[in-house]
Amino acid sequence: MDQKNLRDWEARCTQEEPPKCKARCPLHVDGREFCRFLQAGQVDKAWAVLCKTMPFPAVTARICGGDCQNDCLRAQRGGGIELASLERFAAENAKRTPIIRALPPKGRNIAVFGAHLSGLTAAWDLGKKGFTVIVFCENKMQGLGHLPAELVSNEIIEKELAQLGKMNVSFAEHGKPDAQTIMAASKSFDAIFIDPLIFNATQFGLSQVDPATLETSIDFLFASPDVSGKSITELIAVGRKGALSIERKLQNASLTAGRDREAPFETKLFTNISKVATVDPVAVPDGGYSLEQAREEASRCLLCECMECVNNCVYLQEFKSYPKAYARQIYNNASIVMGTRMANTMINSCMLCGLCEQVCPENFAMQDIVLEARQDLVEKGHMPPSAHEFAFRDMDFADSSVCALARHQPGTESSRQFFFPGCQLSASDPGAIERTYAHLCSVLDGGTGLLLRCCGAPADWAGQKDMFGRKMESLKRDWESLGRPQIIAACPSCMESLQKGLPEADVISLWTVLGSELGQLSQHPELELLSLQDPCSARSNHDLMNDVRMLLSGLDITFEEPELSGSQTECCGFGGLLSNANQPLSRKAAEHRAEKLDHDGVTYCAMCRDMLAKAGKRCMHFLDIIFPDGNEDPAGRIAPGYSARRENRVRLKENLLRQTWNEQPEPRHDYESVAVEFTEEARTMMEERRILLSDIQKTLHAVQDSAQVLENTETGHKLIQFRPVTVTYWVEYEMKGGSYLVHRVWSHRMRVLGVGGNS
Amino acid sequence: MSTLKVLDEDFSSWKCATCNKPLNPSPVELEYLDSRFNVELPACPDCGFVLIPEELALGKMAEVERMLEDK
Repeated sequence: MDQKNLRDWEARCTQEEPPKCKARCPLHVDGREFCRFLQAGQVDKAWAVLCKTMPFPAVTARICGGDCQNDCLRAQRGGGIELASLERFAAENAKRTPIIRALPPKGRNIAVFGAHLSGLTAAWDLGKKGFTVIVFCENKMQGLGHLPAELVSNEIIEKELAQLGKMNVSFAEHGKPDAQTIMAASKSFDAIFIDPLIFNATQFGLSQVDPATLETSIDFLFASPDVSGKSITELIAVGRKGALSIERKLQNASLTAGRDREAPFETKLFTNISKVATVDPVAVPDGGYSLEQAREEASRCLLCECMECVNNCVYLQEFKSYPKAYARQIYNNASIVMGTRMANTMINSCMLCGLCEQVCPENFAMQDIVLEARQDLVEKGHMPPSAHEFAFRDMDFADSSVCALARHQPGTESSRQFFFPGCQLSASDPGAIERTYAHLCSVLDGGTGLLLRCCGAPADWAGQKDMFGRKMESLKRDWESLGRPQIIAACPSCMESLQKGLPEADVISLWTVLGSELGQLSQHPELELLSLQDPCSARSNHDLMNDVRMLLSGLDITFEEPELSGSQTECCGFGGLLSNANQPLSRKAAEHRAEKLDHDGVTYCAMCRDMLAKAGKRCMHFLDIIFPDGNEDPAGRIAPGYSARRENRVRLKENLLRQTWNEQPEPRHDYESVAVEFTEEARTMMEERRILLSDIQKTLHAVQDSAQVLENTETGHKLIQFRPVTVTYWVEYEMKGGSYLVHRVWSHRMRVLGVGGNS
Repeated sequence: MSTLKVLDEDFSSWKCATCNKPLNPSPVELEYLDSRFNVELPACPDCGFVLIPEELALGKMAEVERMLEDK
């Protein structure tokens, strides 16, 4: 990601855009922040929010007409927030006003003609910045004195005018300034601002005035077009605009740069109010709100923000921020030369499921940034080895000769199509594959081959472009060896992976095939209402999702669509290799999804099935229904652990070779004959620590005759270690009747070089 | 390079079964991702077999592995 790219991404996340009230206010008062404090009863802090933005806040807060009220999103759910009354409440009830300190005089003199709201604002802003200002007027009460007394008392006005006096501003009360005086002043002052209620530009004989900057044809003289019909806050904004132009002019800076959002503007902030209930405004009593009433009214503020994606994703929630900030963290992570990359875990925890892009009004695709970041880490050699290695080993195992298989249908020499069940379905439910394959062979003409192997998705998800390329080349060779037939894929992730890596192949879903041969399927037992879980890899495959629903209906299976279904479905926590890189979060994701399914789940992804089952959710795979194995409670089928998944794949190939092709499978490895038993505790450890039965058997086998054994003199337990490749395994066991009983297992990646060192 | 002390527990119940010697705290050199350090660990005084206890492997050692992976 380069800087321009980063900015493009950042611009698509609207979370940091201002709320409607702030965008609509001519002074851009932050009504959301103000209400946030008031909701908490923090009146002084709320008041400070106003003082930060408003000139002479004690007056402005009391006379503000609440220009924002109609734009407020709450207007669609009961009525816009009564911000004007709340501001007044804050002005009257704040105990402390922040001290305003003007900058020391800069030695530049400004003349302001007229002391109405615009002129006083210009004087306030300029004085605060250290310009020496003289306000020429008939009477300094000229503007404020006409304000309704019930809103602002003279005492308050005088206090604010006194504050102006402390801010490099003085008054010259010489009667109404005439054009001649003003023109004369241009010789003795560095710049001039004319309050439009004294003379607007036309009255002053200035035909050309830029409404965006108030610059006139006379250098250093700023005036406004006609202001009739403008609200109080708009008049104040005119003075503020003039002051800013004068400051820039005197600094020789651009008058126009970066001012496109000075006037009220349309914010891009999206706020979902579809679930917001209607609440009526708290009526404003004659004497203004009490504290209780103010808090209640402020509590109606929705504190507008987007967070659409974050609210719908446990991953985006986990790291306590939102995509705009994440994009920057990822950019920074990639830029680190020396030091710690702080965002690696965040980068490796995305499920790459794409839900964020679906729900984002600007289609912010976190998965695209994250995948690119992973590819970058891999390319530069900075990808943490522990993040995905276990998955790669599993993938290689699925593609190894003990699991992989590419065959034509027995008795045929060619395949019109072949079945590609995917390595996770083989791991989860090998029996279902045998039954499905037998069915496909019986109903489809032209020969139906079988291809058992991994589709390479893990390499793709891990950002390993080269590895994915190699996997796809090897898959392509298998496909070609079978005569480039149509591929019937059971797993939506496989479909996605094949479309990406083998675009020339004709890939069709198993569910589409079964749906078109409905009459060939046998009756299934009657089922209660089920909740349909669409896998995230089917999100953009509308034909697939449609065919799946047709198939379910064709089978008379009643199902409901959970909240977030179809193209807005949620990942089960397996996607993007999350379960490898961040197991606790993966578990959280599975539980989060499980909660949305009101009934027993039904899905067409083996990983969704197993992840939900592991999270304690009863869930069936389609094949549990279509080709049942006789188990009475398929929704309660236990998800096999890591070791059992491997064994399932091996046994699937062995069974198929024996029963379908009438062949003897290759002999098992020697280490597999090591007889080993486990305590319950050890079994749990193996699963949590991702240590496989084969790792333990290899360890026991490797050190069987070696001398490298520790013994515990209290328990009699033995302890051995073995490092097959990049991980050292430790196995603590006791001998029981000629077999090993394993008590504890652990592993580490660090290498022991030996005793000695140099100390 | 100084030797770090990371273990407080007593591992004297473990002995090297082959040498029949109790394990002694000894300076051991460890390596991960091109970083090396010396740590005091229980080892056989004769054959030098080093014990990496479970709590070390899953605790401090795992932390350091992660830290080095993020470097």
